[in-house]
Amino acid sequence: MLSYIKGHLTSIDGIEIYPIISLVIFFTFFVGLGIYIFKSDKKTRDEIKNIPLEDN
Amino acid sequence: MQVEKFSYDNRIVRLFLIATIAWGVIGMLVGLFASLELIWPELNITSWLSFGRIRPLHTNAVIFAFVGNGIFAGVYYSLQRLLKARMYSDVLSRINFWGWQLIILSAVLTLPFGYTAGKEYAELEWPIDIAITLMWLTWGINMFGTILKRRVKHMYVAIWFYIATFVTVAVLHLVNSVELPVSFMKSYSWYAGVQDALVQWWYGHNAVAFFLTTPYLGLMYYFVPKAANRPVYSYRLSIIHFWSLIFIYIWAGPHHLLYSSLPNWAQSLGVVFSIMLLFPSWGGMLNGLLTLRGVWDKVRDDAVLKFMVVAITCYGMATFEGPMLSLKNVNWISHFTDWTVAHVHVGGLGWNGMMTFGMAYYLVPKMWRTNLYSKSLANTHFWIATLGIILWVIPMYYAGFMQGLMWKDFTESGAQLQNPEFLTTVSVLKPYFMLRSLGGTLFIIGALVMVYNLIKTAQAGNFLANEEAEAPALVNSKAGHKGEHWHSWIERRPIKFLLLALVAILIGGIVEIIPTFMVSSNIPKISSVQPYTPLELEGRDIYVREGCYNCHSQWVRPFRDEVMRYGEYSKAGEYIYDHPFQWGSKRTGPDLHRSGKGNNMNKSESWHYKHMLDPRVYQKESIMPAYTWLTDKLDVSLTERKISAMRTLGVPYPEGYESQAIADLNKQAEEIYQLIISQDPEIKHAKADMEVIAVIAYLERLGSDINKANPVEEIAPIETVIEVEPETLETAEDSTKILE
Repeated sequence: MLSYIKGHLTSIDGIEIYPIISLVIFFTFFVGLGIYIFKSDKKTRDEIKNIPLEDN
Repeated sequence: MQVEKFSYDNRIVRLFLIATIAWGVIGMLVGLFASLELIWPELNITSWLSFGRIRPLHTNAVIFAFVGNGIFAGVYYSLQRLLKARMYSDVLSRINFWGWQLIILSAVLTLPFGYTAGKEYAELEWPIDIAITLMWLTWGINMFGTILKRRVKHMYVAIWFYIATFVTVAVLHLVNSVELPVSFMKSYSWYAGVQDALVQWWYGHNAVAFFLTTPYLGLMYYFVPKAANRPVYSYRLSIIHFWSLIFIYIWAGPHHLLYSSLPNWAQSLGVVFSIMLLFPSWGGMLNGLLTLRGVWDKVRDDAVLKFMVVAITCYGMATFEGPMLSLKNVNWISHFTDWTVAHVHVGGLGWNGMMTFGMAYYLVPKMWRTNLYSKSLANTHFWIATLGIILWVIPMYYAGFMQGLMWKDFTESGAQLQNPEFLTTVSVLKPYFMLRSLGGTLFIIGALVMVYNLIKTAQAGNFLANEEAEAPALVNSKAGHKGEHWHSWIERRPIKFLLLALVAILIGGIVEIIPTFMVSSNIPKISSVQPYTPLELEGRDIYVREGCYNCHSQWVRPFRDEVMRYGEYSKAGEYIYDHPFQWGSKRTGPDLHRSGKGNNMNKSESWHYKHMLDPRVYQKESIMPAYTWLTDKLDVSLTERKISAMRTLGVPYPEGYESQAIADLNKQAEEIYQLIISQDPEIKHAKADMEVIAVIAYLERLGSDINKANPVEEIAPIETVIEVEPETLETAEDSTKILE
């Protein structure tokens, strides 16, 4: 089965685009994460932050 | 709101904690023994105590038994409390525990006896690989079951790390362990050569990332705030830490293969991502340390915090060093030396060890509902362990640096190597090896002090098997509030979180793995490279069995000193029939890729025969084990199956060759035997059917096929590398281009 996958992956045209696509995803993800981080709600953050301290 | 009563399962935590400490001490003792063997080779008393078999036992015991049980102990304790729910199933918890201990036991019963897949940190043979998969899945089901029945809306950051650990280790283990069984305890890696190397180091690197790092970061995010009694410094930072760490880590694997015959772009990708990795790693370290802002005075009194502070500091040091070691100009010196070993131990002893100790000092008084028996003993442990780490690591840094430079040293005229004899660069390390063993001994003594202290604590206390708790039921875990952000949304949806984490690690994984498969078609074939003969194949299997790769590399880098010392640098096309690859990662002995016929470092059959049985016949200072057991009769019962297995894997043995294999094997063995006794008539006890004959056949073949090629057309002349400085060198990929 693996040689089947192998054969198909090696014959993909324009495989070079994969690293570029993944870099775009990567970049977009981190920009999104950055935006979220700076817009997130302080109250929720504090609530989550304290979860470990609430068990005793 | 309705308040529900339930209890936390402390029994499972106790079981895993005891296992952590017991296996930890055993694993460290095995490591100490291995380190002593490098000082006194006489300690390689029998086959099952020889360094090549004991070193994998040490690494497996420390990684999967010590840290593995530590992960489970910490997760089973913190997960229940973070989710305000008992574990999903007590039965699954017990299966997880006993199954994992059986796996460890099977490692103890197989690795010293030579049952190994021959890939670092993935040595366990295929039936055990399947058991690992099942146990890992058991843990995952138990964890997700608990998450789904939780009473807390949001999943705290520690749990994200646990989820990422679960999913990534599963992927790594499955991909790297694809192997073709030949018999119950023997298999061949599905991949070969360069491809196998890339998959292995994608696995090896990320095993460090997702077995030794992410779960322990999760533990840090739980236990440091608990011990300091204040929340984590920045929740924002923890989100960035998590996602960037798992995103970036997975790409950095190829930094283990710099200056190899791996394509240059893959090496560069590994370097770039390794440098980027510094940021999330240090972000996490700072988040851990800054949690203690305002309570640093507590660190003076509290043993738990002390251990954790040193653990986090060591994490910071190791994750600074990692990117530095992946720079090509540093790797040029550091690779194959004890520098790497020291780096690993900053992480292993410092980060994992000290964090585990801190966790144990926290958990035992908590679960036995008493105070720690002796604070001063805990402090003693702390100082002994810290001193032990320093004594272990600093001499090895120095030794690694020194040896790396000695290998590269040329005489004043520049015409010759300053240390042409490899052993010269090993003998000078002896005092440093001794200091290392002393450091290790101190670390173990510290751990034994802890064992005593914890037993005394437990005796004084009263174990609480089921800790009562209560919390309001979670009415609708998916209900959000207006204006919330997507991350809060995802934190309430564990399965979607799992999938997102999977996507994050798969992106890097796929980008590296697709080219890995492409590599096989990119490798320029060298027409003279032919499959191993049956005898050589059997010899290679013995080479794998004895763990020769623990001390000898098979990868001559394209540097002037290496070409001069070993011979022509290694080409990708030479490894295409190597299932598994045997490049190694450490040169305690010289590289062996050019030990075959026609190369400068080639030795005669009789030399190998005598050297194998007692290396000190030729060099008194040699620290190689004497392989006296290789006079045993060669077992050829599997030879035919091995040939057909190899054919299945793509090695072009002609159809039906199996029937002829044994005859060919005997013929070649007889030829080698005749050579040995004619070269050295004093050798009386040799026989053609000894295992050592097969090993000699393999060593005489290694890296020799290119000598049969037409040197003008197929092989890059040695002169092309001699003038190249490491800074400007483009790697062996260029050499493979020349071949095309």
